[in-house]
Amino acid sequence: MRRDAIRTSLFTRRALLLGGIEALALGGLAARLYQVQVVEGKRYALLAESNRVSARLLAPPRGRLLDRFGTPLATNRINWRAVLIAEQSGDVDATLARFSAIIPLSEHEQARINRELLHQRRFVPIILRDFLQWEDMARIEVNAPDLPGVQIDVGTTRLYPFGPTLAHAIGYVAPPSEDEADDAPVLALPGMRVGRAALEKYHDLALRGRAGILQVEVNATGRVIRELARNEGVAGADITLTLDAGLQQDVVETLGEESASAVVLDARSGEVLAMATSPSFDPTLFNSGVSQAQWNEWTKSRGTPLINKAVAGLYAPGSTFKMVVALAGLEARTIKPGERIFCPGYLDLGDTRFHCWSRYGHGSLDLRGGLKNSCDVFFYELARRTGIDGIAAMAKRFGLGVRPQIELPEARAGLVPTRAWRESHGHHWNPGDTVVHGIGQGFLELTPVQLATMVARIATGRAVEPHLTRAIDATLDPGADPAAAPALDVPAPYLHMVREGMWAVVNEQGGTAPLARLDLPGMQLAGKTGSTQVRHVARELREHGHFNSENLPWELRPHALFVAFAPYDAPRYALAVVVEHGNAGAQRAAPLARAIMTSALTRDPLSRASAAPRLAASGESDPSSARAGTP
Amino acid sequence: MMERRLYRVQEIGVLAKLRAVSWVYVSLLVMLAGVGYVALYSAGGGPLPFANRHALRFGVGFLILIATALTDLRVIKRLAWPLYGLGVGLLVMVARFGHVGKGAQRWIEIGSFQLQPSELMKIFLVLALASWFHRATWERIGNPFYLLPPALATALPVALILKQPNLGTAVITAMVAGAVFFAAGVRWWKLALIALLVTVGAPLAYHHLHDYQRARIETFLHPESDPLGAGYNIIQSRIALGSGGLWGKGFLNGTQGHLDFLPEKQTDFIFTVFAEEFGLIGAISLLFLITLIIAGGFIIALRAREPFARLLAIGITVNYSLYVFVNLAMVMGAIPVGGVPLPLISHGGSALLTAMFGFGLLLSVEVHRDVSLTDEQDLI
Repeated sequence: MRRDAIRTSLFTRRALLLGGIEALALGGLAARLYQVQVVEGKRYALLAESNRVSARLLAPPRGRLLDRFGTPLATNRINWRAVLIAEQSGDVDATLARFSAIIPLSEHEQARINRELLHQRRFVPIILRDFLQWEDMARIEVNAPDLPGVQIDVGTTRLYPFGPTLAHAIGYVAPPSEDEADDAPVLALPGMRVGRAALEKYHDLALRGRAGILQVEVNATGRVIRELARNEGVAGADITLTLDAGLQQDVVETLGEESASAVVLDARSGEVLAMATSPSFDPTLFNSGVSQAQWNEWTKSRGTPLINKAVAGLYAPGSTFKMVVALAGLEARTIKPGERIFCPGYLDLGDTRFHCWSRYGHGSLDLRGGLKNSCDVFFYELARRTGIDGIAAMAKRFGLGVRPQIELPEARAGLVPTRAWRESHGHHWNPGDTVVHGIGQGFLELTPVQLATMVARIATGRAVEPHLTRAIDATLDPGADPAAAPALDVPAPYLHMVREGMWAVVNEQGGTAPLARLDLPGMQLAGKTGSTQVRHVARELREHGHFNSENLPWELRPHALFVAFAPYDAPRYALAVVVEHGNAGAQRAAPLARAIMTSALTRDPLSRASAAPRLAASGESDPSSARAGTP
Repeated sequence: MMERRLYRVQEIGVLAKLRAVSWVYVSLLVMLAGVGYVALYSAGGGPLPFANRHALRFGVGFLILIATALTDLRVIKRLAWPLYGLGVGLLVMVARFGHVGKGAQRWIEIGSFQLQPSELMKIFLVLALASWFHRATWERIGNPFYLLPPALATALPVALILKQPNLGTAVITAMVAGAVFFAAGVRWWKLALIALLVTVGAPLAYHHLHDYQRARIETFLHPESDPLGAGYNIIQSRIALGSGGLWGKGFLNGTQGHLDFLPEKQTDFIFTVFAEEFGLIGAISLLFLITLIIAGGFIIALRAREPFARLLAIGITVNYSLYVFVNLAMVMGAIPVGGVPLPLISHGGSALLTAMFGFGLLLSVEVHRDVSLTDEQDLI
């Protein structure tokens, strides 16, 4: 009992001590309340009643995207606009009514303004009208006393000097959704935009910057009495890309009206020098919302202008895949250097006869001859010997069927089938399937950027990764260093044999792509053609011999492909060109590859110090941009 | 002086228990909720959307309060550790399947009801610690190995809450546990040592904090650096408080609250709405009411006869008072903004029901203050 008594008295002492602490804390709170409400009460009352602390937000300018020589590819232009600050307006509805008497607001605009009024804090300015004309600004200024809370401020809007030329690589921006604005308050500021595609989307956070703030004390009429605090915020980072705007323009002009795409890489580092898709679109149109009609036109067009075909277009690689089959065969020793395979014009496998593109056959060919003539039977047989899994493993080493690390959210992985993949889909892998994959048909689906990467790896023997970023502000991207790419896990002699074959395709009498031959002294191009049938047509062709694909409707014609690297003896550039439904790679894609490579080699985008590319029409011809600077 | 006998068995019926409930204390709670109704009525500009729902929830909470008050304290004591296990389980569930709100995983949904287990956990932890120290003698308390299990039982939920991350609640949980340790008679210097270690460790922990938590501390130090977010709240909250003056602007006449200067005014910043309209007089009156509730808790603790009951009452009371201190200090801009509501006044179902459960335990201690809690197994 005595122990209990000790314990009880200890508890009582300590409980009273805790109570005492709490009493002190409560007393402190009361004292603080007295301080705020009575001692400083007058000052705060003044702040609340007649004077207000008003926060003026300073939107950070979005970072620019520059090409490798500093030419702006995405930048900002000045935008005068009328904004409404509800906090300073008093009767918002009356103010809006008076405003629309001066500058008529459409029903659509009214709805947007009402929605923003509901969701935004009352001190956040809401845009009433963008891109003000000089006359409108004058009218607003004259009527200012009737428009409390309405201000004219200067913001920026995204400008793409090259317009459609770079639309797919750069992407576009659009107003943020309400959810996004909830997550990142800076997006609530008027005129803020979010990257919606390609690099604008990938680098969105870096480009966005941080909002600045100007805290001012204003009196009842809205006049600034004094500045309380100022924080300039942080502008979005300028990002230097690996692209060369001049080369890009050449590539776009070369592609012309075709539904096509092309990728040019620095074969040694994987830097993307040009990446073009045609037809294209004007990215500026997304800035303030695209009209339904425009959207329909884009999405229903058979050229699919909104899709970046260079990274998201999936094509059977056709004969451009034969290098991979050759390397897989060499590694598996299913073909020895110098070994010959006889082509009678067809290969029989069970009941099925697989035809060569040459009806009369190529006779006896070694690997070099197989590539040079693009002999189908040679690669049917080689694939049959090697097996699909060996081919798929080799393809993976060249980045095929793997999503490239390129900074484009749209990039796709494509498909390189394996036996296990087919079986996981509940099918059996047939020997005939292996045979057609030998010439790059069947289930294979690859993107142009993967094909360009494959060629770059064949040309340099390094596992280069395609990438678009060179520097963020002043921080250089480590990928810009050519030595950074690890060596490819393929024996150099094998690569050399394949390169020789690719050389023969273009430069030797009887090669399949004489149209790709360069007309530059001391420089030679090595490449490979590909013509890939739309799937069910492919079957027809294989099983029933030949027909003239020129007579087919456009959607059923084969795609024309060409992959190349140059110069042959010291590879610097790798490229892939795909002309959708262009019929034959040798006729339609090879000449484009030659033109693009000639442009790259003559302008030498890797060592040039600076450039002044021709400006595209889009931004400059816009009448409002000329006006923007005048007021 | 005659010592009252401890009841060995339950000798009081439900009616007797109902009569034993401290109805004075219950009416203090009803008054507190009434203040909440008035403030929420003003914040919502009418009975909707906040005030009526608050009243409805208080009705449900009232049933929980009385039901808990009538529950035999021995049953509660036996349930202490199972409840603790349930609380830890819920915290783990939140970590795995919980909803992310404002950058942290805090809620789990049961039907349409959002449960914040960290609130319940504090009460379960108090129960578990009180149960542990029930049989603690002066010698046992001095043994560090005897203190290890309760220390670990505290560290586990605190770590789980820290990971959510919810810095404010984790600190409150640790402080509540500390109060129970202290009241149980743990030596001064041991608690001081732990407090010292935490103080020294805090700068290290700062590096492991989430960006948003660092931002909260930065905002506290420089409120003008984030005027869009928390800093804005603090500035506007102070203007609202200050402009209320001595007498206040009158019911429904607050300008700051009504002009939407105060975001989340119905939850964390409800006190400002009240203080702006009822001035220092109203605010001090509310503070006095809160003081009575806290003092009542201490009185219940001192009147209880059994260690478990005393420690439980102390823990519950300290938990409530920490809510009040943190919330009020927060709206006055004295400590960082931490998402801590003002119990029974702020809008929010989970917090209100949890608080009512806590007060129910307090009342149960009062009802069963003379009941012996020593089980047969404890005698062996």
